[in-house]
Amino acid sequence: MVLVTGTNGKTTTTRLVTVALGAHHDEVVSNETGSNMPPGHVAALVGNHAPKAVLEVDESYLPRVLTATSAEAVVLLNLSRDQLDRTNEVRMVAGRWRAALAAAPRAQVIANADDPLVVWGAGAARSVHWVGAGLRWRLDAVGCPSCEGRIAFAEGTWSCQDCGFTRPEPEASLVLHGTGSALGVWSDGRTLPIRLVLPGRFNEANALMAAVAAEACGVTAADALAAMGEVDHVAGRFTVRAFGDTRARLMLAKNPAGWDELLELVSMGDAPLVVSINARTADGTDPSWLWDVPYERLDGRSVVATGDRFRDLSERLRYAGVAHRTEPDPQRAVLVAADGSEAVVDVIGNYTAFHDLLAAPS
Amino acid sequence: MNGPLRIAVVYPDLLGTYGDGGNGLILARRAGWRGRPTELLQASSDGALPDADVYCLGGGEDGPQVRAARALAADGTLAKRVAGGAVVLAVCAGFQIVGRTFPGADGTAHEGLGLLDVDTVKGTGPRAVGEVVADFVGLQGLPVLTGFENHGGRTTLAEGTAPLGTVSVGVGNGDGSGHEGAVCGRVVGTYLHGPVLARNPALADLLLRWALGEQQLEPLDDAGAEDLRAERLGNAKRHRRLLRRAS
Repeated sequence: MVLVTGTNGKTTTTRLVTVALGAHHDEVVSNETGSNMPPGHVAALVGNHAPKAVLEVDESYLPRVLTATSAEAVVLLNLSRDQLDRTNEVRMVAGRWRAALAAAPRAQVIANADDPLVVWGAGAARSVHWVGAGLRWRLDAVGCPSCEGRIAFAEGTWSCQDCGFTRPEPEASLVLHGTGSALGVWSDGRTLPIRLVLPGRFNEANALMAAVAAEACGVTAADALAAMGEVDHVAGRFTVRAFGDTRARLMLAKNPAGWDELLELVSMGDAPLVVSINARTADGTDPSWLWDVPYERLDGRSVVATGDRFRDLSERLRYAGVAHRTEPDPQRAVLVAADGSEAVVDVIGNYTAFHDLLAAPS
Repeated sequence: MNGPLRIAVVYPDLLGTYGDGGNGLILARRAGWRGRPTELLQASSDGALPDADVYCLGGGEDGPQVRAARALAADGTLAKRVAGGAVVLAVCAGFQIVGRTFPGADGTAHEGLGLLDVDTVKGTGPRAVGEVVADFVGLQGLPVLTGFENHGGRTTLAEGTAPLGTVSVGVGNGDGSGHEGAVCGRVVGTYLHGPVLARNPALADLLLRWALGEQQLEPLDDAGAEDLRAERLGNAKRHRRLLRRAS
């Protein structure tokens, strides 16, 4: 059994590992709907006799699920602020991972060497495959989890200025070539292209993590990456669907780190953009995090603010200097954004906002 | 005043967890929109704190909070500037830091900067998480205060220190007094996120008037902010009615 956790990329990486393992195993069971707490795990596993399981796990539940399942591989992607009204401080989560993995000597850990909080969480495990998967959002990683000193980031590495806690040498690293496709470069000399239908640097990082996890489970990274290259959407993310005559590409970003990645992706195009923000229980009920998102980058874009909390978003955009329209109804907002044109509208929603649009009848 | 209005967001690398950096941006924009030359500084904890007219401190995690308090005490600039009339808006962990004592992760008392005569201890009950509505007390003439609290601290005001407000929805300082925040001179402490100045533009303009030394500021088109306030206040009232019915 493989467990996948982290703040961002869990659902996609779970899918990628599942596909990678499926290349050599007839059946792999997974909680594909994103129900990543124990009831979702039980629902996926009960009555299923597949020889392999890949489970997405909410970051707070990892210790409990690890104890209950004795999984042989655990993938740790990244840790950053998310749903602060519900979850614990990220430093506390990293500390709990560390204790749980120290008590699970059978588990091989696949961990992002570029995230100091992840390295702390994985650091007491017996067997760790470090992966240089990158980390764009660093604001939660400045305080050293080991000594509370200060982590300094330099090109390609990081270390604590006070205690010497530092980036471990990875066995595989993501290497980017301008606008072209990414490469996975292994310390044993292998270089493999990472060619995905899924867009974004963050998905290339997810794929590299998944490839190293697959290899820990006996599938070669080359076979794993080949299988992953076919995946074109995961649980609706990046699905293009129609609302009336207008087509929209649906994307999910639920916290500042996720937004940082997606703003980078959408800034490569100039499609009209709808941003939909809710603050229901599953989203976290305080949308103050909108002020940590660099929406200033949307200056000059055609933007429509929608969702339950469009008023909070509208004030954030106002102070970011981003001219925008507001439309409380998300489906109507897509039409407003298209403004009668043929353009495929980019829609980014947080958790429930995204799922509402995905599930809406066309 | 000479030169541009300087607004510093204090240690966003340590006290930037809850979106409170928005307060600095809001002050800078509202001054800028009125044609006042403004400089917005992001003051990282690895450098000396710059001289500024307004300092904004935000919420952070327990460990970084202790580190921020130590660094500010060692640096000395904040206390010196406050003595010289600088304005401070301190939120959540920042509020606790500018008080006299506050708890670390294990509950040990740490020394704050003493800019407000308040003491914070770790609460024994559940964290205070949710919408807050409070009537202003320490600052007169402002409309009702709205925000979102998320903290485990219990803060008590010393005799003679004014609360910022009294809560009608939510917990606030959580010491049983019904108080929310504190104010002394030009130092304002509060538990409210949102950020608090996005939800309460009148408070933003009061801080700006203090900093600019002006009695009046030209009104801005705050229709969007008024809509947001009406939505949040309506939501909190409905929530309060439900709680009453349940109890």
